[in-house]
Amino acid sequence: MTTNMTSRSDYALELRGLETVFDGDKGAVAAVRNVNLAIKPGEIVGLVGESGSGKSVTGLSIMGLIDRPGRVSKGEILLNGEDLRKVSAKRLRSLRGDRMAMIFQDPMMTLNPVLRIDTQMIEAITAHDPRIDKTVARNRCRDALGMVGIPDPEERLYAYPHQFSGGMRQRVAIAIAMLNNPDLIIADEPTTALDVTIQAQIIAEMQKLCKERGTALIWITHDLTVVAELTQRVYVMYAGSVVEEGPLDDVLDNPLHPYTQGLIRSIPADNDPGSRLFQIPGMTPPIDRMPKGCRFHPRCPYVQLDCLNDIELTQTSAARSVRCAHPINQGEQVS
Amino acid sequence: MTDMTSNMNASGSSEDLAAQIAAANSFPPEPPARPIRSAIKRVLTDPLGLVGTVIVVVMLLAALFAHWIAPQNPYDLAVLDILDNRLPPGSESFSGMTYWLGTDDQGRDLYSAILYGLRTSIFVGIASAGIALVIGSVMGLISAYFGGRTDTLVMRLVDIQLSFPPILVALILLAILGQGVDKIIVALVVTQWAYYARTVRGAALVERGRTYVDAARCLALPSRMVTMNHILPNCLPPLIVVATMRVAYAVSLEATLSFLGIGLPVTEPSLGLLISNGNKYMLSGDWWISVFPGVALLLLIVGINLVGDRLRDVLNPKFKD
Amino acid sequence: MISNSEKQEAQVKASPDQQAPLLEIDHVTRRFERKPDFAAKLAARLGAPINRRTVHAVDDASFAIHQREVVGLVGESGCGKSTLGRIVAGIDDPTEGRILYRGQDVAHASGEATRKFHLKIQMIFQDPLDSLNPRYRIGKSVSEAARYHKVVPEEQMAEHIEKVLLQCGVDPTTQNRFPHQFSGGQRQRIGIARALALRPDLVVCDEAVASLDVSIQAQIINLFMDLRDEYDLAYLFVSHDIGVVRHISDRVVVMYLGRIVEQGTTAELFAKPNHPYTQALLSEVPSLKRRHSSFHTIKGEIPSPLKPPSGCHFHPRCPHAMERCKLERPMLKAVASGHMSACHLNDEG
Repeated sequence: MTTNMTSRSDYALELRGLETVFDGDKGAVAAVRNVNLAIKPGEIVGLVGESGSGKSVTGLSIMGLIDRPGRVSKGEILLNGEDLRKVSAKRLRSLRGDRMAMIFQDPMMTLNPVLRIDTQMIEAITAHDPRIDKTVARNRCRDALGMVGIPDPEERLYAYPHQFSGGMRQRVAIAIAMLNNPDLIIADEPTTALDVTIQAQIIAEMQKLCKERGTALIWITHDLTVVAELTQRVYVMYAGSVVEEGPLDDVLDNPLHPYTQGLIRSIPADNDPGSRLFQIPGMTPPIDRMPKGCRFHPRCPYVQLDCLNDIELTQTSAARSVRCAHPINQGEQVS
Repeated sequence: MTDMTSNMNASGSSEDLAAQIAAANSFPPEPPARPIRSAIKRVLTDPLGLVGTVIVVVMLLAALFAHWIAPQNPYDLAVLDILDNRLPPGSESFSGMTYWLGTDDQGRDLYSAILYGLRTSIFVGIASAGIALVIGSVMGLISAYFGGRTDTLVMRLVDIQLSFPPILVALILLAILGQGVDKIIVALVVTQWAYYARTVRGAALVERGRTYVDAARCLALPSRMVTMNHILPNCLPPLIVVATMRVAYAVSLEATLSFLGIGLPVTEPSLGLLISNGNKYMLSGDWWISVFPGVALLLLIVGINLVGDRLRDVLNPKFKD
Repeated sequence: MISNSEKQEAQVKASPDQQAPLLEIDHVTRRFERKPDFAAKLAARLGAPINRRTVHAVDDASFAIHQREVVGLVGESGCGKSTLGRIVAGIDDPTEGRILYRGQDVAHASGEATRKFHLKIQMIFQDPLDSLNPRYRIGKSVSEAARYHKVVPEEQMAEHIEKVLLQCGVDPTTQNRFPHQFSGGQRQRIGIARALALRPDLVVCDEAVASLDVSIQAQIINLFMDLRDEYDLAYLFVSHDIGVVRHISDRVVVMYLGRIVEQGTTAELFAKPNHPYTQALLSEVPSLKRRHSSFHTIKGEIPSPLKPPSGCHFHPRCPHAMERCKLERPMLKAVASGHMSACHLNDEG
């Protein structure tokens, strides 16, 4: 994917060699290492990983929300071709909430508990467009609430965040993120805390909105089943690096990395109740005790000696890449 | 499983491979961490915390070994010479002894008097805080554990207690009880237990809502065990913080009462009484009689508060910044 | 006391009916009421409006769990599944109804006998870190109750604990560490070891894998199934994750706003869900097989348990709601052998 960068407007967002480190007592440790990612306008991409995979840190790095002791130490973050690491803090603030927005697992990360919804929403508009007419802004807020499926949006504008249920609050957060028609939305586990019926509603809304408006959406989650429902392309992260990327169906039906395969197989299948689940032994290593070489090798069933050497993400076909010295091929696939 | 073994066999002896990979991944084991110990370590690595700790430790040692360090026993009227009264710092006595901090109006060596006064002040502070802590914790635990009417009763009592200015309560009590170390400790306990009760109740209510308490109940452990072994030890961090701050407060309250002349008897001067004694001579130029005990009191209280502040930051991350 | 419990044990052994369930939940209701405190009572005397709010967390629930059986209890937030799990585990008491352990009423008995029963029903919690006393070394956490209740003689205790830890995949040499020194999956294994040390018959798992990573979830679910084979354990598996429940359960109970709306064997329930709520719930479970799907979602929010809708609680969201659904509460009725559902549609024919 790094080969065909013809024009700068091809991608809504492009990450090149992103590295984010956290400074500690024993020097800097990398939470995210050499992440390359590209997403076109209107595309929905899944960023899948378990805790400690660096998926959330990647999202925060893009938004410029990494705080001390963490910092983005390497790489380029190109939003519509503009490198966010080189722009001024003021420019970054004006891009954030306008051209790119983030939705968190806990909607109260975006909502202020002591302000009414209309105050917060109108502020989100005027912050980027100070000359806008108040009534126009207000109508836009009402429409945004209606669009994410909140009943009686006109009336609900006057409510405070605590007067909404968890699912409704997440909808308000989505409405705020969508207000200025951003080019990119990063959603970090936005439905994990919600019930399945509510999750289904929100996924459906997001899908529709992004399609209609051409917004690029990065959906960060640990849940492969949600990714299967929603996304077109998927990046799998493990221990700070992308270990596999490709179109959704290819990755799910034909994983190349043993970790991806393990993740898919460890999800209970509908057809075989009561059977032993496939399990990946061990656990994700802590950030300051990463194994040498391929970071998955201590848990990998196919490990070989050369897995102790460092390994880069390599392209295997036009749309797919994998970071593995011995990627799984058809013959080894056990279904 | 099957493909795993075949894979390993293909690449040579599987034991060899496993051993080599294990060798490449050996990390030193993580040192065991303990909350209170690491808290103490973090207090000591902070500059202000270290300063506070040094002050408190030095003063504690000085108070503890006062009768060895002090050149004179200020309570022994036989060794006092009235002719030595109100000598400025650095003067020499008839017997050739140097009064580094001067003497008071009765010819007492101020340095010795401060050491002994410190001992009284710290003893009163710690003893009253300790007794108040025990009484308050028991009341707080009872309140949190039984809830309902008991809780209402105890907490309203606490509210009433806290709505009176402590100094007023202490003044009234001492007026009734009279002077003496035991009396002032009683007065300080009465004014302070409520703070502990409230802290412990709050902490216990939080802990009671945590899953490990449910787990202990599911394990059919008796309530007494759940309360004493599970809930109480987890209430300790906030309690330690409150206790530290309260010791400082008790010391200063005792000093205030003694300064007003209703605390300790003149024969056993605490810091407050020393300051009060010197107060009369401030205007006639004999500043040292008041100032040196005052500085000692200030250092002690600042020291305890510094330690308490840092402990609070360390033990309760919510209060940070 | 001793003779009493011996008698009970004898009764259990002599019981001719081998099919008697291990645990029976018999018309259990749990209401949460905010009792007015002194100030509120005083205010009420002075003429303030009394604001007494009652939540029916569990409303007249009945089902049974047999030896070695895994019963899945599913539903969305506020449906009362966790409360029911806590009642079964003896952490909470039912307001009405009975909990029968091998035919003996546990909920309202007291003293030594109850404690014996309670030990036989243990619980695994959602948050493994919070479920362990942070000031206990894990060896003490696991052994405390076993030692107190003298599950094995003291001289065999160390061996017993070691065996249980090994079985749960915890290295027994780590016994003197504190909970925060373990990973989430390891902590959950420690919680399981603590329950297992008491040799229970039934383990209540309250969202026991929900907070774990996918790859760790599989490890823990496998552990649950291994332990079931080893000890003939029964599980009450409380979860919102329908995929996991489907995998592990023999029977499934579906709850909505405090009421059981449907129950049946897993195969039957997933093949032929009867209640409109179950149908909606199952259709919205994401799965690896369903890709890029456009949902047809059930409309609306879950109503507040403080003000549940009248009649059938599901009627405001139900696509088939009729006039009767608003007025009358549907009762659980058999729709097939071992399959019950509470829906008026079944009467319409």
